[in-house]
Amino acid sequence: MAPITFSSAEQAAQDRRTRRKEAKRNLWAYVFVSPFYVLYAVFGLFPLLYGVWLSFHQWDGISPMQWVGISNYVKLFTVDETWWKAIYNTVWLFFGATTPQLIFALILAFIINSGYVRFKDFFRAAYFMPFVASAVAVGILFSSLLGMQYGIFNYVISVSGLTPYLTAGDACVSWAIKTNSLGCAIDWLGSAFWLKPSIALVVLWQWTGYSMIIFLAGLQSINLELYEAARVDGASTRDIFFKITMPLLQGVILFQVVTSIIGAMQSFDIPVMLAGGTQSSSPGGTDQSGLTAMMQLYWSAFKYNTGSKSGFGYSSAMSFILFFIIVIFSYTYNRYNGKNQTEN
Amino acid sequence: MATTTVARNRRNRDRLASPVSMSVLYIMLFFTAVASAFPFYYMLVSSTYRTVDILRIPPPIWFGTAWMQNYEQLMSKDGLPYFWTSVLNSISIASFHTIAVLFFCSLAGYGFAKFRFPGRDALFAFLIATLMVPGALGLIPSFIVMRYLGWIETWYPLIIPGMANAFGIFWMRQYIESAIPNDMMDAARIDGAGEFRIYWGIVLPVITPALGALAILTFMGKWNEFQFPLLILKAQETYTLPVALSTLRSLRGTEIGVQILGSSIAIIPILIVFILASRQFMAGLTAGAVK
Repeated sequence: MAPITFSSAEQAAQDRRTRRKEAKRNLWAYVFVSPFYVLYAVFGLFPLLYGVWLSFHQWDGISPMQWVGISNYVKLFTVDETWWKAIYNTVWLFFGATTPQLIFALILAFIINSGYVRFKDFFRAAYFMPFVASAVAVGILFSSLLGMQYGIFNYVISVSGLTPYLTAGDACVSWAIKTNSLGCAIDWLGSAFWLKPSIALVVLWQWTGYSMIIFLAGLQSINLELYEAARVDGASTRDIFFKITMPLLQGVILFQVVTSIIGAMQSFDIPVMLAGGTQSSSPGGTDQSGLTAMMQLYWSAFKYNTGSKSGFGYSSAMSFILFFIIVIFSYTYNRYNGKNQTEN
Repeated sequence: MATTTVARNRRNRDRLASPVSMSVLYIMLFFTAVASAFPFYYMLVSSTYRTVDILRIPPPIWFGTAWMQNYEQLMSKDGLPYFWTSVLNSISIASFHTIAVLFFCSLAGYGFAKFRFPGRDALFAFLIATLMVPGALGLIPSFIVMRYLGWIETWYPLIIPGMANAFGIFWMRQYIESAIPNDMMDAARIDGAGEFRIYWGIVLPVITPALGALAILTFMGKWNEFQFPLLILKAQETYTLPVALSTLRSLRGTEIGVQILGSSIAIIPILIVFILASRQFMAGLTAGAVK
């Protein structure tokens, strides 16, 4: 059959009409997507650029801004010990809380997805539950659970017969404290040594289920036939995990690790609640052992906003150092990870 | 498909898993589930005791009788006299924010999913890139912007900036792309419907499951949000629930049971929603990770 043909004039008119219609339609599309860009320009991009500008100033927020060049950065890198303590604590928490949390979540997801386990939905929902609770409320809850004289944790330690390990002669070992009710007990939130592990514990509790759900979604997109085939070829569970699951999950793991780095480097809510509340003048608990970078940034900008090692400019410089650290961590992971993959 | 998976799972179970290792596995899974749930139970229990009883050895593990007493103290001048105002503030802020998010994100998601306008891919790539910018960078300058606008002590900073957010738009685009056939829109266009009418009358009703998931997540995020409200809200009457609770923790000599009772009111509503709609909850969260 012969194709229907138009005369070229008719064809051109037709084209113009469709084009005009489409252009008009596209105008609507721009209207539809524009709110994000308008809002982001005002509340995202502008603050970002303004923050760069601020970081080269000394400003308490009231008196005139003063240009100080890179001296905020110089001070932060050379003389501000508290800042580096906060960075150390934050990095500690990344390795001591976030990393184990991710590994544990991955293992749980693998087990639940393995096909051996019944009641999948139950376990999934149970593990996820802590994530929905407000971090502030969780902080209050765990402050009580981790109480020294009475907390469930110390009680469990004492009934499991572990108290002798905390005792040294008449006194207690250096990382425990004498209590009236339980003998030697651990001062989870009061001692510089235990504060970080305590924060790590709460982070682990609250975030494992969330990471697990993400990993599980990734696992579910892997074809079960692959496992089946590997089994037939006599692969062990270990082999399957490292040779099939891990490589195929690469993308999801990368996403989760990078967002976790971003989140962990800015951790605020839980440490604030466990290591000195919002009203305290110097947060972070004993020896500032629970002071995170974000807490230090927040307090030096908004709480003790006087002196040369504080203020909006100085704290903005902190935020860019923090950003730089996030980039380094993400880049390092990405690179190491990429190398690992090509070796296999 | 489902039946073959089930059959295969059963086969795997029978063939490969010894009863011993299966028991170990279940004990581990069960223990982890208990560890996840126990603090919630402890919360309910200790909100019914006075501090002196919570301090008892062994610690109480069944409900006591001091709930009312704790409640009265929570409401008293030494507790949080504006407690229910805070709850109301949190509900209002989270609701306004959620409604706005649903509207703007589904609108933009529709725009990205179903139109092929020049610059679309670049705009979308930019949107995704903003997800990777840490919030810490904007905290101080945002505060200054809010102060310049005269928005300190108001709800605007908590409702407006995130109304059209990258995560929500991404999530809606993913859903709309597969849920709405192009024919549906073309048919409506032939009938002479305007573009906004098509979105409002045809697209929105079809995407309610995705809206539901986004609503739950958005509401939860706002309800739990702490850092920014802490910065913006200075007067007790304007506090959101987490900010109010955080001051309770710092008040000297506040009863432990009272603090925990307050916390339970922050946790329980969200927990109930989660139990009723856990699927939507989890489906929404995984959208970003698995493409």
